[in-house]
Amino acid sequence: MDAKDILGLPKTPFASSQEKKSRPPKEPQRKPDGVSREVYALTGGVGMAPLMPTIEASHLKRRPAAEKEKVRVVNGVPPTGDYQFAKYNKKVDVLKYTDEEYEKYLIDPVVSRSLLIHRARSFDDVSGNPLVKDSYDAAHDTERKRALSALLSQTKQQERKDAETLAEAKRIMESRAASKNVDEAGMPSSSDNAMVPVDGVSPLSSTHPPLTHPNTAANSSIPNSLRTLRVYLRTHALDQMVQAASASAGLRVIKRVDQTLQDLGVNLKPKVPTKAVCVEHLELRNEILTLLNLQKQLQNKEAEVSANRESSFTEAPSTPKRSNRDIDRPFIPDTVGFTGERAGKRDHKRKTTGNRFLDAPPSPPQSKRPRKLKGSD
Amino acid sequence: MPDHELLWQDLLESKSNDPTNKKLKDVEISFPIVYGTISFWLEYFKAVTILKCRYNSHKWTVYVRSANNEDLSVIVKRVVFQLHPSFQNPTRVVEQPPFELSESGWGEFEIAITLYFHSDVCEKRLDLFHQLKLYPEEEAGPQSTKKPVVVETYDEIVFPEPTEAFFQRVQNHPAANVPRLPPGITLPPPGSIEIVPYEKKRGDTKDHPLSQWFSNFSEADELLKVAAARQQVQAHIAKLRRQLTMIEGMPQQLKALSGPGQQFGHI
Repeated sequence: MDAKDILGLPKTPFASSQEKKSRPPKEPQRKPDGVSREVYALTGGVGMAPLMPTIEASHLKRRPAAEKEKVRVVNGVPPTGDYQFAKYNKKVDVLKYTDEEYEKYLIDPVVSRSLLIHRARSFDDVSGNPLVKDSYDAAHDTERKRALSALLSQTKQQERKDAETLAEAKRIMESRAASKNVDEAGMPSSSDNAMVPVDGVSPLSSTHPPLTHPNTAANSSIPNSLRTLRVYLRTHALDQMVQAASASAGLRVIKRVDQTLQDLGVNLKPKVPTKAVCVEHLELRNEILTLLNLQKQLQNKEAEVSANRESSFTEAPSTPKRSNRDIDRPFIPDTVGFTGERAGKRDHKRKTTGNRFLDAPPSPPQSKRPRKLKGSD
Repeated sequence: MPDHELLWQDLLESKSNDPTNKKLKDVEISFPIVYGTISFWLEYFKAVTILKCRYNSHKWTVYVRSANNEDLSVIVKRVVFQLHPSFQNPTRVVEQPPFELSESGWGEFEIAITLYFHSDVCEKRLDLFHQLKLYPEEEAGPQSTKKPVVVETYDEIVFPEPTEAFFQRVQNHPAANVPRLPPGITLPPPGSIEIVPYEKKRGDTKDHPLSQWFSNFSEADELLKVAAARQQVQAHIAKLRRQLTMIEGMPQQLKALSGPGQQFGHI
């Protein structure tokens, strides 16, 4: 058996093309002018005997008659029966089911699982089946994949931060355990002994008393975590102060502050975060919080008023309902100047929104805003 | 208090116990810096011939400079640029100003820039992160070999509670923002402190070959923008306050007749 058998071609070249023999013999191919003999030889032109008899393309395309075939492989499916490679024909038992059966029994993992158990002669037969052993928890797996992708998409910065925090936490745990041991031994507790150098700073601190100063008024707006650092970036300070300022506000309120900033055309993070810019930026954010707070108060008040009114008057069914969007976003250009005359139209909507905003924790009152940074001059 | 909060407190306190010689309370020294990359697209011919073995489409420079192009080596001892691991020796240390590094390549990645300071400045290092950008945004037009892609970030390195020695050393340095000392604090005469002459070599970036591409960071523009926004918000707050007092001031029975309820005036 050779390649011709597999391809289903006749043994003798051109045997099946008798009619071609009647054709006048081809004029011997001639070397075109301007082509060197060596080059022409490479093309197989100068009467060199080919290693294999050439088969014309027309022969490949033609299917030989079926009765002449002895062995033929079509699309890689081996012949059955008495065939020397038949022993390699392996069969795989595949459970077959129609689409309807699939939809009926197999779509719901719980159903298919119980079906499997139900059909089995005994539970032991199916106890090893993955469907029975570990049932698939879609919610759990979604969460797992989300967490994994979050982990994988972490930047170096986040990774380093996490590692630093963990390392520091570990150190403190150790130092705490150490100080506990000291206490238990009945020795005077000294935080100096328990102090572990932080971030590679040499442990000279043991000669100094612990320096836990009360916050000075001037720096109280700078978060603790930064004030105690030896060096930080202005943008980190701003981030932390923004976080601190909106700590008591709900997530929705924080989002609305950012939205308002964008509507006002202000960068969420200043491009030139000098100290003065950061102070102004924080003030602006606090004012927006105040504004949102006032809006909420006003909406609640209006809801109260309209509730009172509805108890004494029948509701006008054709009252126009107004989208709440423009109230949430007062700085969209065309609604900058909205005034009291619209308030009445919004009453019906207000009933629901009033309640909605009650759910969210109120934004911090003015007094909570961090005090202004002390000027550097 | 939950345990983790206690831990956090400790975490903060542990940092406040750093040893120093005398620290200046309520004083902070800051250094405005700019860090980023400038990348030039190379013509194919140049890219292949200059770099011979592999095809590198861009030549780029990553740097940390003083925002006003003064010499940063007054505080910075060395800068470590952490490149993508596919580069040879991806950790590059620069000990001399200007703190920059030029490379060529075809890929964009995040460069970690670590600043180490002189011992009198700060023992801690500072990490910056910059995303290398080689290919211009769509709206910036087609890639050109003449105009580089520049991405710069402005920030300020802040040293809270500097030591007296550090304060004295940099108080007249043009790269530093040094405040006046709060009243009541006097420094010993400078003679008592050994001043290390870091400034002996020129490390500024004023005549930097790439300086024509440095971005301009205008504090005034930024302040103006924020101030305008604040004005708008304040006006709106005032308006809301008026509306609130209007509603609150209305007696219950008159609410339907006046103010915002006018359209329902069925009486």
